[in-house]
Amino acid sequence: MKRREEGLEFFRQLLLIRRFEEESARAYSMGKIGGFLHLYIGQEAIAVGACAAIQKDDYAVTTYRDHGLALARGMPPGVAMAELYGKQTGCSQGLGGSMHFFHSETNMLGGHGIVGGHRPLAAGVAFASKYQGYPHVTLAFYGEGASSIGASHEAMSLAALWKLPIVFICENNQYAMGTPLKRHLSITDISLKADAYGMAKDRFVADDVFTVRDRIQAAVDRARSGEGPTLIEIRTYRFRGHSMSDPAKYRTKSELDAEKQRDALTRLEKQLLEDDGTKDQVAAIRETVEAEIAEAIQFAESSPEPGLELLEATTYDGDFAR
Amino acid sequence: MPEMNMVQAINDALRFEMQQDDRVVVLGEDVGKVGGVFRVTAGLFDEFGADRVIDTPLSEGGIIGTAVGMALYGLRPIPEIQFSDFIFPAYDQIVSEVAKYRYRSGGEFPCNMVIRTPVGGGIRGGHYHSQSPEAQFIHVAGLKVVCPSTAADAKGLLLASIRDPDPVLFFEPKRVYRAAKGEVPEGDYTVELGKANVIREGKSLTVISYGAMLYEAMDAAEKAAEHGIECEVIDLRTLWPLDIDTIIASVKKTGRVVIVHEAPRSCGLGGELVSLINEKAFLHLEAPPRRVTGFDTPFPYTLEMEYLPLSHRILPALTETANY
Repeated sequence: MKRREEGLEFFRQLLLIRRFEEESARAYSMGKIGGFLHLYIGQEAIAVGACAAIQKDDYAVTTYRDHGLALARGMPPGVAMAELYGKQTGCSQGLGGSMHFFHSETNMLGGHGIVGGHRPLAAGVAFASKYQGYPHVTLAFYGEGASSIGASHEAMSLAALWKLPIVFICENNQYAMGTPLKRHLSITDISLKADAYGMAKDRFVADDVFTVRDRIQAAVDRARSGEGPTLIEIRTYRFRGHSMSDPAKYRTKSELDAEKQRDALTRLEKQLLEDDGTKDQVAAIRETVEAEIAEAIQFAESSPEPGLELLEATTYDGDFAR
Repeated sequence: MPEMNMVQAINDALRFEMQQDDRVVVLGEDVGKVGGVFRVTAGLFDEFGADRVIDTPLSEGGIIGTAVGMALYGLRPIPEIQFSDFIFPAYDQIVSEVAKYRYRSGGEFPCNMVIRTPVGGGIRGGHYHSQSPEAQFIHVAGLKVVCPSTAADAKGLLLASIRDPDPVLFFEPKRVYRAAKGEVPEGDYTVELGKANVIREGKSLTVISYGAMLYEAMDAAEKAAEHGIECEVIDLRTLWPLDIDTIIASVKKTGRVVIVHEAPRSCGLGGELVSLINEKAFLHLEAPPRRVTGFDTPFPYTLEMEYLPLSHRILPALTETANY
């Protein structure tokens, strides 16, 4: 029974993120959203599963591909869409945009555009919770493309040295922008990097939300009980290009089609429809999600843009910034 | 008031604030058991323990990066970069995250920390231990930049910086770490950020400097006085935000200005000061504003006393500007 309820809730979240991003892509192509837009489509099971494994007071820090995690953390879709539209009602008052999803109510700590640069910062958050005696765990997401940058090494080195309550989650979508994994890393098993720091590790595929949740849960429990960090590599795939401006011609249609067979959203929906205990609720969830997305777009479109006066006020605490 | 040198004054400020506020933590290379290569954090490890005076690996990006996370969570981290020449591995963290967090999060997540780092030459340190990169951080919106020249200011400015809601880069002029000696108030003592100090009044000419070169500027000003040139010497103390009111009031009074810093000339703070003076006091000027600075070269080992704008290089600029 519990599993059915969880399955329906997972389905709702996966669908919400998928539909949110499909509609944001549409708005982007209509010129309503500017800047860059990195879609999470195909990877949603990781954010949804991970957020199901942590508590409200735990922290999540991620890359520029941050919409899915923010929504899974509970950011209202309207607030998220308004940020994409650059509206003052957005989570960062419309000053950041797609790559800057911050939300203190859900401990969503961005949204970072420098590849790998956020990983030491996440270690610092974990340090602060440990220092203050709070039982909180930090999840730090990154792409496999960030494996080679210095900040990645520094973050894991410090986190392991200080036994910080953090879980590093490598979302291996197999392409660093357009360069496949085997052409930019000397190993294909990224979890091996944990060994160099004496860190626990895990490695699996993200085609089932329950699996993602349960495997991350084990690492979160380890972190919370003071056993230190874990590096988890989760193999996934993005169904769209690196960003909206990337047609992803570096991979074949047959590869994409094969990967889509493992789509956690489609698979979960199929399971729910085959189960007499859940099949009648799928259509209702779809309807609710559509209404929520429509409302989010309406909210974003009707919200005001930030005024120039916000620029200085958010650069420094005081009134100086000429 | 006890007499202290700048190292002792900074140590005193750190100790005072750590006693008052357990959110304050110090982290960096050799800051703990060793007490810092310049002994600035000496004794703190024994008093506050390894949890609050944290020895880190050689990992500047990691030091500043983790300090960001600490600040976001409500701590008051004071990371030390052992020499400001070593700050560049952490440049991305400072520019992209420390300086931008408040803005990027729409004001939701300020990132208050004080990055302490010894700056400048004159200790025969050569290229990797002598540079003055302050202008590179002034150019980054979101940071405040401080550089004291006296022991008392070092204490007062550091305490103000720790309590400031914005991130502060705190450059400590290592050439005068021990030479800058004076009375330092005990206990709580702050010097407001953004306020310059007129340390010598005069009508002939305004001299603006900061950090270790302040002493050279003062020496040149005293020698100029022997020729009847009375310089008004301003110690900036806070390099960003500038105390523009004090600067402009002085330039309007004297009509002449010489700026002294040991950082390279081009795109240095002196260039910005000249621009501001031109914009705000152009019609009061009696002579072209003048800069006496380090060269646009790497910081030299053997020739450091030629590179530094010492008193003998400043004095001709003062007399020429005064007699223009």
